[in-house]
Formats: sequence, structure tokens, C-alpha cells
Amino acid sequence: MLAAHLDPLAASLFSLIAIASLLLAFVMLGSRWLRHYLYAFALESWLIAALSAAIGYYGHYPELYLIAILTALFRGCFLPYLLLRIVRRLNVARELHVTLQPSTSLVIGALGVVFALTVATRISTGLGLAGTVVVLALTVMLSMKLIGFLMLAVRHEAVSQVLGLLVLENGIFLGAQILVPGMPLLIEIVILFDLLIVVACFGFLVQYLLSRVGSTSSLDLRRLVG
Amino acid sequence: MLVSALLLAIVLAPAVAIALMLVVRRPRLAEGLNLAAATIAFLAALPLPSLSMGGPRIYWSDYVILDGLGAWVILCSAIVYFLASIHAVGYMRLLDEEARLPRFYALFAGFGLTILIAPMMNSAGLYWIAIELTTLVSTFLVAFERTAESIEAAWKYIIIVSAGISLALLGTVLFYWAGTFVLGPTYDMTWAALRGAAPRMDKALLLLAFLLVLIGYGTKVGLAPMHTWLPDAHSEGPTPVSALLSGALLNTAMIGIVRYLAIVDAGAPGPGPRIVLVVLGVVSLLIAALFIVRQEGVKRLMAYSSVEHMGVMALGFGFGGPLGVAGALYHMLNHSLNKSLMFFGAGSMMRSYETKDITGIREVGRRFPVFGALWLAGAVAITGAPPFGLFASEFTVLRAGLLTSSAWAAIVMAVLLIVIFVGFLNHFRVMYFAPDDRIAAPVRPVSAWCVLPMWGALIPLLVLGLWWPESVWRYFGAIAAALR
Repeated sequence: MLAAHLDPLAASLFSLIAIASLLLAFVMLGSRWLRHYLYAFALESWLIAALSAAIGYYGHYPELYLIAILTALFRGCFLPYLLLRIVRRLNVARELHVTLQPSTSLVIGALGVVFALTVATRISTGLGLAGTVVVLALTVMLSMKLIGFLMLAVRHEAVSQVLGLLVLENGIFLGAQILVPGMPLLIEIVILFDLLIVVACFGFLVQYLLSRVGSTSSLDLRRLVG
Repeated sequence: MLVSALLLAIVLAPAVAIALMLVVRRPRLAEGLNLAAATIAFLAALPLPSLSMGGPRIYWSDYVILDGLGAWVILCSAIVYFLASIHAVGYMRLLDEEARLPRFYALFAGFGLTILIAPMMNSAGLYWIAIELTTLVSTFLVAFERTAESIEAAWKYIIIVSAGISLALLGTVLFYWAGTFVLGPTYDMTWAALRGAAPRMDKALLLLAFLLVLIGYGTKVGLAPMHTWLPDAHSEGPTPVSALLSGALLNTAMIGIVRYLAIVDAGAPGPGPRIVLVVLGVVSLLIAALFIVRQEGVKRLMAYSSVEHMGVMALGFGFGGPLGVAGALYHMLNHSLNKSLMFFGAGSMMRSYETKDITGIREVGRRFPVFGALWLAGAVAITGAPPFGLFASEFTVLRAGLLTSSAWAAIVMAVLLIVIFVGFLNHFRVMYFAPDDRIAAPVRPVSAWCVLPMWGALIPLLVLGLWWPESVWRYFGAIAAALR
């Protein structure tokens, strides 16, 4: 497998990109402004595209260049553009009601990373891959998952929830590039398109929410209980 | 040759119907096209189980599989799609949404199509995509009535299920990664390939991946505590959609859990995976029992009953062995038939009395003699009373459980089923035998289109309860052997 015997330069490049993406997830967690989420998400997507290209170069997977271009186009440009349009239409610039202060969520997010690191170390030691870039890839994958769920749980604005879901997906995609660069091309492309459809669906739903419920905050969704 | 033609018919019939509906855009025509597509899919699905007996068949360069398990789920889903399409003709005309009907039927047929495609997928990745597509299509069906409640239900549905399904994607990637140590960096992620590689996969990684997949697809199945989207989505969508969500979609997601369970069993990481599935089943039964007893909405009552029956199926597959698998599969068919019947009844009453509350529906038996008798028989059946099919299948699951080391779960299941029996039928006592002068009389009769599919569900249920053909038993035996 690729990640086990990389030359040091490639390994540190991959690690750098993975850690930078994780940091961007924390930027999203620590801010209240919807625009910051968007910029952080777009930048994260560009980093993932760069990672795909780097892995394609070092691992000799030419099809990953295609994935890199598609990722940059869809995740890096088109998705943020769609979301930006939704945000503009909403006239909501930031989270109005916070369940957790940003500082508290940062601390919980950090605890999540520690937990993810423990699990990743345990798994990769079992596989004889301790000390390689695999540990980092698994850690970033799992901790972006946890951070995404944290964002879903403590944010109420519709757009932040959508972005929470996209962070979940970004984490998987990033980890998958390092762990399984040979994953069938068809599936990767379909998942990219799938994401686009998901965001389009959210766009429609946000519009409905605004016109029928009169608010895009999940705090106002409380008719159905029991 | 015959099988590939049948599979093609199942896929093409709804696909062609959707294309025509979107081009012509006439409500009556859309109705007819959807009904025709559902009929073709149903007729094509009928012979699939017997044709799949000779072992799994693979088509279209490894992407499509027809095995015993898949054929059974396709059959159950096609039956519900067929019955719900008949019901939809009567029900959707009551909504006064003539102009939007073609769009509704296009989405409805699309939902049927994605449900029927998912069990055919031979690749774990493509299966994930099919399940994701079912969510996207059905969100708009749940939101179809565009009331504040239905939009809320749709929003909760897509957020919770997408988050859950993303866990399943992570699990799928980890399964693929575990496979690369055995099969090399690039391979086709078919169920058979994963299963063949499982014995040489790392046990801890296998367990982690399975738990992620179980929670992910478990969200879609509606196993508690990930069930929170289910009562909202099932109660706020139009009734034909509720039937399809409950009777067909949940099975389609369950098959993923069963396939991954077979893979993880081959890897033998101990009894952990099965115990987790059994515990999820018990928790689902418990949550369902608590909410059924105190339920106020008539469709929410049916939705919680779905959580209950998914719990029974999870227990059946979790107990495993020929008896557990047979009971769970038999339960799948019985539940599909019976839950469609119950939703058709609940939807018709909701429209007749113009209320969603159980307390607003009174004297059903006196006002609708034939319909009332049918719905009541369905209620008796769904609580697991003899002589209907669900009694036989729940009893089989119970017997299977008592033979395993998780016998405690079987005993808890029996107790909770009795609680649900009492709680569920008490609501029907109120609706049938507790007259209340303050409640207005029903404003609408029930259309024949709505009653017809109820007969179509009840008669097979009765037959299945009284007579379990030898060949069906052999068929389940073959599936159980293939899963072991």
C-alpha cells in the first residue's frame, strides 16, 4: 500500500495538507459568521484537490488528476457558490442563538481529536503501520467526522447544518485519498455528483423553510414531537 | 437470459414512465403510467425468488447481482409499490393538487425505482449511492404537501439520514481499505470479494468498519435510537409515500446491514457484531412500545409500529441461524403487506374525518362497515395475533432467539410485544367502540381505489398465516446457508 512506504517529502506534504484541513475545520467550529464557514470550506476543498493531485503524482495514479480537477471545480467553486447564493437570499449573517460558546466547542472539538488519535493509533498499530501517515489520515478522518457532528448538534442555522454535513463528507474524502487511492474511479465521481445533488436539494428545502415555516433556524422546528 | 430481461423490465418500466410523465404532464395520464409501471415491476418481480434458487447470478460486468436475499427484498418492495400505486389513484385525487400530480407521480415512480435498484447492486459503493438517492427523492415526496409540518419533517429527514448515511460511507471506505491488504490497492468492491477477503482482514478494523456501517444504515432502517426522523417523515408525507417509506424503503436498507453482517461473520471477530444488532433491536422495540402506548396521531402510531417491526427483523437477523433468518425474511414480507394496509386505512380515515388525531376519529366500524372490518383485521394482524402471517414470523424469531445465547433478548421481545399488543389495540378500541357526540361525522366516503389494495394486502396475510409452503421454507434455508 502507498502510505506505508512513501518518501519523506511526500509523507510530510500529505501530513501538512491533512493537518491544515483539520485546522480549517476548527476555524469553522470557532466562528459564528456563516461567511467564515463558507471560506473555510472552500479552502478545505482546494486542499483536498491538492492532496488528490499530490497522491496521483507520488503514487502514479493518473486518474487522481481528474479527481483533483473535479474536486476543485465542484467542491472548491460550485458548492461554495451555491451556498453563498443561499446565504445571500437568507439575510442571515451569523448564528443568532448559540447553544455552546465557540470557545467551549473548540475545547470539545480538541477532545474529539484526542479520541480520534487514540482510535487511529490502536487500529494502525494492529496493522503494523504505526508511525506512518496512515495514523494521521485516520485521525483527521475520524476527528472531522466528530467535529461535523458537533457542528450539526450545536448550530441551528440551516446553512450551518448543511456545512456540517459537508465537513463530514470532506473528512471521509480526505482520508480516503490517502488510505485507498486506488478506489474505483466510478464511485469517486458518482459521490462527487451526488454531493452536488444533495446541496441542490438543500437549496430547495431552505426556500420552502423560509416560505412555510418563516425561519431557517432548527430551533423553530418544533411542531412534530412525541 | 430470462432473469436479466426481468431485471431490465423492473428498472425500465418506472424509468420510461417518469420520462413520459415529465414530457406529457397530464394528471390522469401520469396516474395511469405510474400504475402501469408498478404493475409491470410487480409482475416481473414475482418469479424472481424462484429463479434465484440456483445461486447468485451476476450481470452487466459485475455491477448487478440477483441472489436469494436480493430477490426477496425486490419482491417485497415491488408488492408495496404496486399496492401503494393503486391507493395513490384514490388518495391523491382528494388533495386538490391536480396541477402538481404529474410531478408527484414522477417522484413517486423515481422513489420506487431507487428502492428496487438498491438490492440489485453488487458493489458496496454503488449500494451506498442507491440508498443516498432514495433519500434525495423521497425528501421531496415527504415535503409534497408544503405545509409547515411536512417541510419540518422533510428537513429533519434529510439532515438526520444524510448524517447517518455519511457514517455508512466512512464504514464502506474502511471496509475497502481493510480489503486492500488482502486484494491489492485496486479491486472491485463486490459483496463476494469483501466476504472472501474478510477472514484475512484485521479484526479491530473490521469491527470498527462494521459498527459504522451498522449505525449508518441503521439510521435509514429506523432502528432506535437513530429512529427520530421516522415518525415525522412517515406521518407527514402523503399516505402512498408513507406506505412506500415504511413497507419498502426500510427493507432495502436492512438488506445492507444483513450483507455486511455476513461479511463480518466471515471475518469472525467474535460475537460483538451480533450482540450490537440484537441490542439495537431490543431498544427499538422498547422505544416503540413506550411511544405506541401514549400516541395521539394516527399515522404516527403506524410509524412507531414500523420501528417496532424493524426491531423484530433486527433481532431475527441478529439471532441468525436458519430459524432467525427465515423468521426475519418472512416477517419482512408480512410487515410490508400489513403496514401498507394500516397506512392506507389511516390515510383514508385522516381524509374522511379531516384530522390527524386518534381522538378525532370515532365509530369507524359503524360508519364504514366493510372498510372498518378490513382495517380492524389489519390492526389485529400487525400486533402479531393469530391467524395472520405476523404471528407465525414473530413466533419463529422468538424460537430462534431462545436457542441462542441471547435468550434474554427473546424474553424481553415477548414482553414488549404484549405491551404493544395492548397499547396498539387500545387506540383501535377508542376509534371503533367509544362513541363521542362532540366529534363530527366523517365528511367523505372512502374511495374504492383506497379499499381495493387493502384487500390485496389482507388476503395474502391470512393465507401466509395459515399456510407456509414447503418451497418457501427451502428458499429461506438456502438464503440462510448463503449468509453463513
